[in-house]
Amino acid sequence: MAWRNLWRNKRRTFITITSILFAMFFALVMRSMQKGSYANMVDNVVGSYTGYIQIHGADYWDKKTIDESLDASEFSEEEISELKNVKGLVPRLESFALASSENVTKGTLLTGIIPEKENVFTGLFEKIVDGKYLETGDGQVMLAEKLASYLKLGLGDTLVLISKGYHGVSAAGKYAVKGILHFPSPELNKQLVYMNLEDCQAFFGTENRLTSYVVLLGRHDPKIIAQTRDAIRKTLSQSYEVMSWEEMMPELVQIIESDNASGKIMLGILYMIIAFGIMGTIMMMTLERIREFGVMVAVGMQKFKLGLVVLFETLLMGIIGIILGSGLSMPFIYYYYLNPIRLTGDAAASIESFGVEPIMPFAWESSFYLNQALVVLVITLITGLYPFFKVIKLEPVDALKSK
Amino acid sequence: MAVIEVKDIRKVYTETKVPVYAVNGIALSFEKGEFAAIVGPSGSGKTTLLNILGGIDVPSEGEVIIDKKHIASLSSRQLIDFRLKNIGFVFQSYNLIPVLTAIENVEFILQLQGQSKNERRKRAQQLLNEVGLGDRVNDRPAQLSGGQQQRVAVARALASRPQFVLADEPTANLDSKSTENLLNIMEKLNREEGITFIFSTHDSRVVKKARRVITIEDGCVVSDERIAPNNI
Repeated sequence: MAWRNLWRNKRRTFITITSILFAMFFALVMRSMQKGSYANMVDNVVGSYTGYIQIHGADYWDKKTIDESLDASEFSEEEISELKNVKGLVPRLESFALASSENVTKGTLLTGIIPEKENVFTGLFEKIVDGKYLETGDGQVMLAEKLASYLKLGLGDTLVLISKGYHGVSAAGKYAVKGILHFPSPELNKQLVYMNLEDCQAFFGTENRLTSYVVLLGRHDPKIIAQTRDAIRKTLSQSYEVMSWEEMMPELVQIIESDNASGKIMLGILYMIIAFGIMGTIMMMTLERIREFGVMVAVGMQKFKLGLVVLFETLLMGIIGIILGSGLSMPFIYYYYLNPIRLTGDAAASIESFGVEPIMPFAWESSFYLNQALVVLVITLITGLYPFFKVIKLEPVDALKSK
Repeated sequence: MAVIEVKDIRKVYTETKVPVYAVNGIALSFEKGEFAAIVGPSGSGKTTLLNILGGIDVPSEGEVIIDKKHIASLSSRQLIDFRLKNIGFVFQSYNLIPVLTAIENVEFILQLQGQSKNERRKRAQQLLNEVGLGDRVNDRPAQLSGGQQQRVAVARALASRPQFVLADEPTANLDSKSTENLLNIMEKLNREEGITFIFSTHDSRVVKKARRVITIEDGCVVSDERIAPNNI
């Protein structure tokens, strides 16, 4: 009976389903944008440099000095690489150094890498915008784009580096610029200098020491990250510390959490607009049918049964609206997942100030489809209670008088 | 023996500044097989009286006893069930369910009674044939004229084989030919199946067919005339 009532009154059904469809569409698009922007933040900073898990010498992260580095000859890379979900380890030696060109000087983050391994993790080769990628033993450096421009250095020019080395030795060196790199994160783009790990160890006088191992993972699921971090912790002794990206960058977690909170408020407001939209349509539909309900009850239909039929009608329209809304949003979200919207002007500047690339990517996940579907279904169900109780309280004699 | 009895019923509306008595102390009884008209000017209380007789409105005072049952003692659920089994309604403005076809409107009552699809289709088709709409069964109310809609309403009212049919100004929106047709149908069903018809009307053509005419004014019965002996 409910189904017949729906398809026999196409206009009314169309209006209600359309309101639910758009509710679903906007909720999905909004959530996808929010999730996408968090993933972009994490990917910009974590995925392209820090890594999801790092292994350091004990206390390194707090002190961040080269003196807390770990001895690679005492570390068993094989043991860690055999753990579940671990795809490999990328060794690094990182420290701060003063970079100079002719008459400009700037603080930089100097990173010693094994070029092939680093490329597997960060896709560093793809970030080259000018020049060539490092090769083992070539004694040259690659600079981030903005740093190169600040220091007014081009390919083949000489970069002078000065720093404090291992246990206070002075570190200084001259290196030719082999490549210029572009990073999506403006922060990284202003300060990164890469050189071969061996050259870096020689520069800081650390011999075989490293500041970190970045752990390569098969999947970046938060659960997998936590499980793998714990497994590595169990394997290693107290002389090492194992940290996930959330522990290394609590400020990024905070930015995401505070944005997520405001995003949830926005989503809440959207849900309220959606709820009022659906409620308005359902109320109009109910009031339009009061006389029809009055006749049904007058001729002998039990109010509870009629109420259930009307509730079921609303539920059916809700399910159809949710399916159509999801279907409509899928190509839209997928398109913007592949082609993120690039921001310009003030909006771009404010996002860049957090060290994040100014794009608005969409997330493409099945989980929030299910969540939004459930939320819209619950809203529809709650809205459907209005006609249900209207029917339960209906007095046929009054209903028959309505226009 | 009286099958419907109303004892000193009053219906008062207190929403206005001065209380309005739509029905003011009516006492009547109806026997099985009556073909009775309730007449009176607009606002005299005809519709309120019919609504009270049909159990879709409750009197402020007094008693309604139908088939030895005190209507006031029934719960809302029991009252709806009682209406379904015993009373057929024909409303002034037809009140068919707009999304259902003519035959589905008639079947609706039978569906509520839990009859099988075949049974109810057969009965609905037969009733629509009787009211002369055998060829319009699949039309929706909007596709039918006023007279045709009212005939569907009569078929619907009779579908459950009720003891009584209460019709509120059934010919008010009909032309003379449709009125004649409808009256003939109701008279035939009254004579052949013994169904009690009580209808409110202004229409002199309807009054002429009635065998009992009750006149009410300002909520009170002013005359109760039996035109011809009840031959059922």
